[in-house]
Amino acid sequence: MTSRAIGWLTGNLARAHPLTASARSITFTVPGWPGNDAGQHVDVRLTAPDGYQAVRSYSIASTGTGEEIELAIDRLPDGEVSPFLVDDLELGDTVELRGPLGGWFVWRPEQTQPVQLIAGGSGVVPFIAMTRAHASAGSSVPMQLLYSLRTPDDALFRDELSQPSATARTTWHYTRTVPSGWSHSAGRLTADDLRNETLPPEQVPLTYICGPTGFVETVSHALTSLGHAADNIRTERFGGT
Amino acid sequence: MAVFGGRRRDDNPALPPGQYLTESFPVLSAGPTPSINTEDWEFFIHTEAGQTHRWTWDQFIALPSEDISVDIHCVTSWSKLGTGWRGVSLDTLFAEVETGFDFVMAHSYGGYTTNLPLGELLNGRAWMAYEYDGDELDPEHGGPARLLVPHLYFWKSAKWVRGLVMQSEDNPGFWEENGYNLHGDPWREERYA
Repeated sequence: MTSRAIGWLTGNLARAHPLTASARSITFTVPGWPGNDAGQHVDVRLTAPDGYQAVRSYSIASTGTGEEIELAIDRLPDGEVSPFLVDDLELGDTVELRGPLGGWFVWRPEQTQPVQLIAGGSGVVPFIAMTRAHASAGSSVPMQLLYSLRTPDDALFRDELSQPSATARTTWHYTRTVPSGWSHSAGRLTADDLRNETLPPEQVPLTYICGPTGFVETVSHALTSLGHAADNIRTERFGGT
Repeated sequence: MAVFGGRRRDDNPALPPGQYLTESFPVLSAGPTPSINTEDWEFFIHTEAGQTHRWTWDQFIALPSEDISVDIHCVTSWSKLGTGWRGVSLDTLFAEVETGFDFVMAHSYGGYTTNLPLGELLNGRAWMAYEYDGDELDPEHGGPARLLVPHLYFWKSAKWVRGLVMQSEDNPGFWEENGYNLHGDPWREERYA
């Protein structure tokens, strides 16, 4: 039985900036990083002075070749690793990284099927990588994002997603608080919302859904009810801590 | 320089390397949760001789079953200790099956597959589970029935399983073709290919 292990690389924190009150973009320089497809993730390992280690898996917001990777971390209130990455990690600090991981929840520029992305909260991170890959490849394949979030203040990468030059259109959906003058009231995504705001089954899109388990369950079930084939729906969920 | 303190110190000897304890039950699936009516459900084991052993839901539920208390370990690094299940041992399901092949491909409703060595499914090490924590198994956790192979990373415990096909070689299943280890032993940290 072969069990070749992907090795750990050292990542040096090169840049960081806050995304929201609870989320932070952190970009590492990682000598030996082989590049990654849009949607892949990476394991992050932290080691305490007494040797105790903690590992968590995060989606990568950046894409392509090169030895830099950007992560977007949302602080979990009861988390062990995310508060350290969001609040404490300083420029020049190092962490260990293993990856890229995952070959299913990815988008590659050679794909020709129209793409619908549906994000719940910080589930938007792999889609940031996909919209970037779409733009940098000059892809002519239709790609659009439906981004469900609690309040306008919770948006990650709002400026980037709203740029006129963005090749993938973003539709914003708020579940708790809407911006003033917003035409749609706050509430969870309904089957009607999905019918109105996503690519229809007739276009046979490949739909990617990422978010908390309840969100993914609800949205994927609604999409199959609208007539999308289960084979054309890819999901990624996060839960636990 | 920021110093990571950590706080869990999961030095429990039941915890494989690189794993942390969780009290919740996270879900990892590649696509939508299939909706499976037990009236339509069937389970099969298919051998190289062309023989197919089949069970309807009622036949399956009537088989001898057992309470199972095991630790489960997900490749994404969470572990959950002392989980309680009820299910049918694979020894029971394989009792009448004659095969010379050493490997199994598990097939699920929804198209998911995973490969396993037959030897690791027998001798009281694997079950078809249909209850979790005293209740029928939720669809999002693999109901009505899933494989339970707790000594391997939990992606090997295929949800919504509908059949096992004997294979002569250890051909890779779905996650195994997408970068995960062919075998998946958590104590050897066989996470990735």
